[in-house]
Amino acid sequence: MREREDEWTGLMRSAISGDSTAYHRLLKAVTPVLRAAARRGLARAGQPVDQSEDIVQDILLAVHLKRHTWDVSAPFAPWLFAIARNKLIDALRRRGRRVFVNIEDFAEVLPGEAPVETASAGEVAAQLASLPARQRDVLQSIAVESASIKDTAAKLAMSEGAVRVALHRGLASLTAKLREQ
Amino acid sequence: MDTDQLIKTLAADNAHRARPVGFALMLALLAAAPVSLLMFFTELGIRPDVMTAMRNPFFDLKFAVTLALAAAAIAVSLHLSRPEASLRGFGWLLLIPAGLLTAGIGGEMMMPQRLPMMTRLMGNNSRMCMTAIPLLSLPILAGALIGLRHGAPARPAVAGAIAGMLSAGLAATLYASHCTDDSPLFVATWYTLSTALVTAIGALAGSKLLRF
Repeated sequence: MREREDEWTGLMRSAISGDSTAYHRLLKAVTPVLRAAARRGLARAGQPVDQSEDIVQDILLAVHLKRHTWDVSAPFAPWLFAIARNKLIDALRRRGRRVFVNIEDFAEVLPGEAPVETASAGEVAAQLASLPARQRDVLQSIAVESASIKDTAAKLAMSEGAVRVALHRGLASLTAKLREQ
Repeated sequence: MDTDQLIKTLAADNAHRARPVGFALMLALLAAAPVSLLMFFTELGIRPDVMTAMRNPFFDLKFAVTLALAAAAIAVSLHLSRPEASLRGFGWLLLIPAGLLTAGIGGEMMMPQRLPMMTRLMGNNSRMCMTAIPLLSLPILAGALIGLRHGAPARPAVAGAIAGMLSAGLAATLYASHCTDDSPLFVATWYTLSTALVTAIGALAGSKLLRF
C-alpha cells in the first residue's frame, strides 16, 4: 500500500518534469484502483456496475486536466482519491441517487476482486463525435490509430505545435461536455 | 475509445503545462479591476476631505479590515483550489478582519463620542453602502471565479463563497474611500451585510461554475 503510493508519487513527479513514459505508467497503475472504487460505488448505489468505465475515464480526464493543482511536495494518492471521489459522487448524482462515498473505497483493491479488463465506455466516445473536426481527427489519430504527435502532424498536414494544441483543446472540451451532459 | 486508448492520449498531452491557479487568479483579477475602478470613479469617487480623514484612525481602520478580508480570502481561495484541501487550518485567516473590526469597536467605545451609538451605527450612507459594495464587487467576483476555474475545489459552493468574500473585500476597499461613515459600528453592520450578500452570490455561482 504504502510502497505503491510512494511509487505513484515518484512517477507523478517524473511526469510533471516532462517524462511521458512515467505518466503513462502512472495512469496505467492507478486505473485498476479507480475501476474497483467506481464499481463499488455503483454497486452500493444500486446501479449497474458496467457503467464503471465511463466514471474511470471521467476521473482520468480530470486527473490530467487538473494535475497542476497537485503539490509536487505532497503525496500523490490523497490528491488522486480526492479527484476520484469528487467525480464518482458527481457521476452517481447524475444518475439520480443520493450517495455517500467512503474514502476507504479507494484505499485498496480487495484481494478477492477479479481484475477487470478494460470494459466498454460509451460517454467519451459519444462526445468525441461532437468535437470540431480538427480536434476529433487529432484525438482519433493518437488514441485509436496510436500515431505519435509527429506522425499525426504529417498525416493531417498540420504543424506539431498545432497538433499539440488541438490535442489539449480536444481533451479539455471532452471534459467540459461530459460535465454538462 | 477504450481506457487504454484514453491513457495513451493523455500521456501524449503530458507536455502541456497549465498555469498555476494563483497566476490565473491574478491575471483574472487584474483584468476585472479596471471595470470596478471605472464604476467607482464615474459614479462615486474618493471623498473630498480625504486628506483630513486620513488622520482619523477609524478611517484608516476601514482599509485594514477590508484589505485583510481580501488578502485572507485570496489565501483561502488558493488553498481550496486543491481537491484534497479543506477549510481546516486555513479558515481562521478569515477571522483576522473580524478581529480587527472588534478591536476597532472596542477602541471607539473607550473614546468620548459626540454621537450616540445607534446614530453612529446607522450612519448616513447605509443604503449607498449596501448598493455600492455588491455592485462594485460583481466584476471582481466574475474575474475571481474565472481565475479559480483553473483549480479543482472539492466543494465548489464553499470556494465560490470565499471568492465572494474576496471580491467584497476589494470592492469595500474602494467604497471605504468614498464613504464618510467611519465608525467601526457602521462598518461592522453595513459592510458585513454587503459582504454576506456577495458571499451568497459567490456560493451560488461557484456551485455551478467551479465544478470540474
